[in-house]
Amino acid sequence: MTSVLAVRESTVDARRPVRRRAPRRWRHRLTVLSFMAPALIGIAVFFIYPLFAAIYFSFTKFDLLTTPEWVGTRNYVYLFTHDPVAWQAARNTLWFVVVLVPARMIAALLTAMLLTSLKRGGGFFRTIFYLPALAPPVAATIAFVFLFNPATGPVNGFLSLLGIDGPLWFDSPDWSKPSLVLLGTWAVGDLMVIFLAALLDVPKPLYEAASIDGANGWQRFRHITLPALSPVLVFAAVTGVIQTLQYFTQAAVAASVASGTATTGGGVSSTFGYPEQSTLTYPLHLYVSGFRYYDMGYANALAVVLFVVAFAVTLVLLRRFRAFTGGAR
Amino acid sequence: MIRRPTLIAAAALLFAAACAPGTNANQDIAPAGQEAKGTVEFWHFFTDREAKAIDTAIAKFEKDHPDIDVKVTAGQDDAKMLQAISSGKGPDVGLSYSTDIVGKFCASDAWRDLTPYLKRDKVDLEQFPETVRSYTSYQGKRCAMPFLADVYGLYFNKNLLAQAGYAAPPKTMTELADMAKKLTKRAPDGTIDTAGFLPLLNFYEHTPQHTAPAWNAQWLTMDERSAIGTDPNWAAMLKWHKDLVDWYGYDNLQKFTAGLGDEWSADNAFQQGKLAMAIDGEYRVAFLHDQAPGIDFGTAPLPVADDQADRYGAGFVTGNVAGISANSENPEAAWELIRYLTTETDSVVGLANSIKNVPTTKDALASDELEADEQFQTFLDIFANPNTSTTPPNASGPKYVEMTQEFVNGYLSGSSTDLGGGLKDLDGRIDQALDLGR
Repeated sequence: MTSVLAVRESTVDARRPVRRRAPRRWRHRLTVLSFMAPALIGIAVFFIYPLFAAIYFSFTKFDLLTTPEWVGTRNYVYLFTHDPVAWQAARNTLWFVVVLVPARMIAALLTAMLLTSLKRGGGFFRTIFYLPALAPPVAATIAFVFLFNPATGPVNGFLSLLGIDGPLWFDSPDWSKPSLVLLGTWAVGDLMVIFLAALLDVPKPLYEAASIDGANGWQRFRHITLPALSPVLVFAAVTGVIQTLQYFTQAAVAASVASGTATTGGGVSSTFGYPEQSTLTYPLHLYVSGFRYYDMGYANALAVVLFVVAFAVTLVLLRRFRAFTGGAR
Repeated sequence: MIRRPTLIAAAALLFAAACAPGTNANQDIAPAGQEAKGTVEFWHFFTDREAKAIDTAIAKFEKDHPDIDVKVTAGQDDAKMLQAISSGKGPDVGLSYSTDIVGKFCASDAWRDLTPYLKRDKVDLEQFPETVRSYTSYQGKRCAMPFLADVYGLYFNKNLLAQAGYAAPPKTMTELADMAKKLTKRAPDGTIDTAGFLPLLNFYEHTPQHTAPAWNAQWLTMDERSAIGTDPNWAAMLKWHKDLVDWYGYDNLQKFTAGLGDEWSADNAFQQGKLAMAIDGEYRVAFLHDQAPGIDFGTAPLPVADDQADRYGAGFVTGNVAGISANSENPEAAWELIRYLTTETDSVVGLANSIKNVPTTKDALASDELEADEQFQTFLDIFANPNTSTTPPNASGPKYVEMTQEFVNGYLSGSSTDLGGGLKDLDGRIDQALDLGR
């Protein structure tokens, strides 16, 4: 029907004089553009301009206070050859991407699957498991650091009852990152509801048919659940990786509180990375470089590299997942 | 019709203009004798009790200067001030908690050069000790005035010392180490119950910055290159700390410090009697009187390296600094406020008494109105000592201090063992990092 109408319209258009076609086309384009304008202006002002400004500043010596001075590739040379802290921060961030993102996805998926299998009280437990996601990240992190305090926290108190000498958690360079992962997997409600909705959309007859064909639990999960969830998994992985590349708040607050000088007047950023730079993420290093050391040009070089890495990782992830889902989506 | 190259050039011009920072200082000043008037926006970082002390001082200022209206904004940190000034706005008067910003704010003209005002109003800078004068100017440009000072010394718990048979605090580092060991009480499993002295250089106020004066360890050379790798005092200072860390056991120290309360809360370890001796600022006297009246404590200068006994009595000093923003719309009234807060004896003494910091002018230090008990007097004496020092201002802020802190943490934890090589490497890295900001 639509195609017939389209053909008729085009036939009518063909009979009209040629000189009248151009203004109409322009009017149509302007109408489309006017509808898109708010979004386009937003993208131009808040994305394209800052992006190009960041690229420009990354080639300058800039401190926010004086006119930027062109220094060529000096900031990039320093980043790649002279700044071991940047590499430490990059390694920490990579660690979070590799561990935190899958851990959150697995925890969310398992919780969602558990909830779908509940016969009674599903609504109640759904609410309970979602609640941590409502806690403000700063408050949740402070609470976690106190809960995991090696000497006074209840977690190590409980472990000692079992005869286990608990670790130093946020005060140990070996345990600080795993402690933040525990915090991340606790507040997994946001992902869980998305997975839950996707799981409830999987047609039940598929499971019944597979069971009749003799498929076991793993086979049903691998060949029915996982493919059905693949768009949601792609979404969770891509957004998770991008968010984790920008991991800031929890690492900053945990370091400040665990260092014992959280309310000092010396500036919160002086405690970033505690203990022994183990929680110093790339965005934290970027912030310190720009706003504590006044090296805004260098901070922009760090930001440009972060953007390129995030863009590349997203592309790779999308391609990998396309291969995983057979290129159907 | 606009040609494409013209369009591109216009866009590039617009982009470059948008990228330029917003500071716009006009250094013309009014002739002498002209009364300042109008509104002054004043940002400071204080909160709660200390913010109320500021409000009281401002109320007195407004009473003395009825033509000037001061709008006070509390809880503003340096990063906010930096962003506000760079965007062409910002306060007329800014108060920073750290001398770290002086190098950058002076060099970039983010804060105005105060010399014309000082000369016009014949303000005598000799009323400030030399160290204070040094941390409020950079490369000959005075863009800041000192607003009270923080002075660091040694606190000791008299009861704990008496139980161990000591009647006086240590004066040398060997004495400090010996006393720390004797004052430490351990549980049967070796964990620490009470520490004599905590040698971790990232615990509370026990940092390389506050401890370096005890060894007279130098940070930068005159041409602002790192002196850490070439000054033998650094190696001596770190070796002393490492020996004491090893005596305690690094893991034991980590476990002990992890269980201690926040430095700024009533659970502070010294206030709880968990530490026999600690390095801290003069403000701790007020905290102790207020939050831990049961602790019988004394104060003393920092112990010094064994071969520098003649330097006993010196310590570390830093302070709050105030300046006039480059964008100030009323610099005359702004200067009047700064002059009042930093040089008027009544104002300086009043603020020192209420905030419990050290006043910075000689008249205020000698004032009968200054409330100084025996414990607080120690810090006034350290402040007056000619060997008392600070970290040199630099255009990259606290970068060199924090890079050193990072190296020291690794050395004390045992993750880096080559002290000499590590310090030399640190020298190179600091120089390269500082070059970025030059």
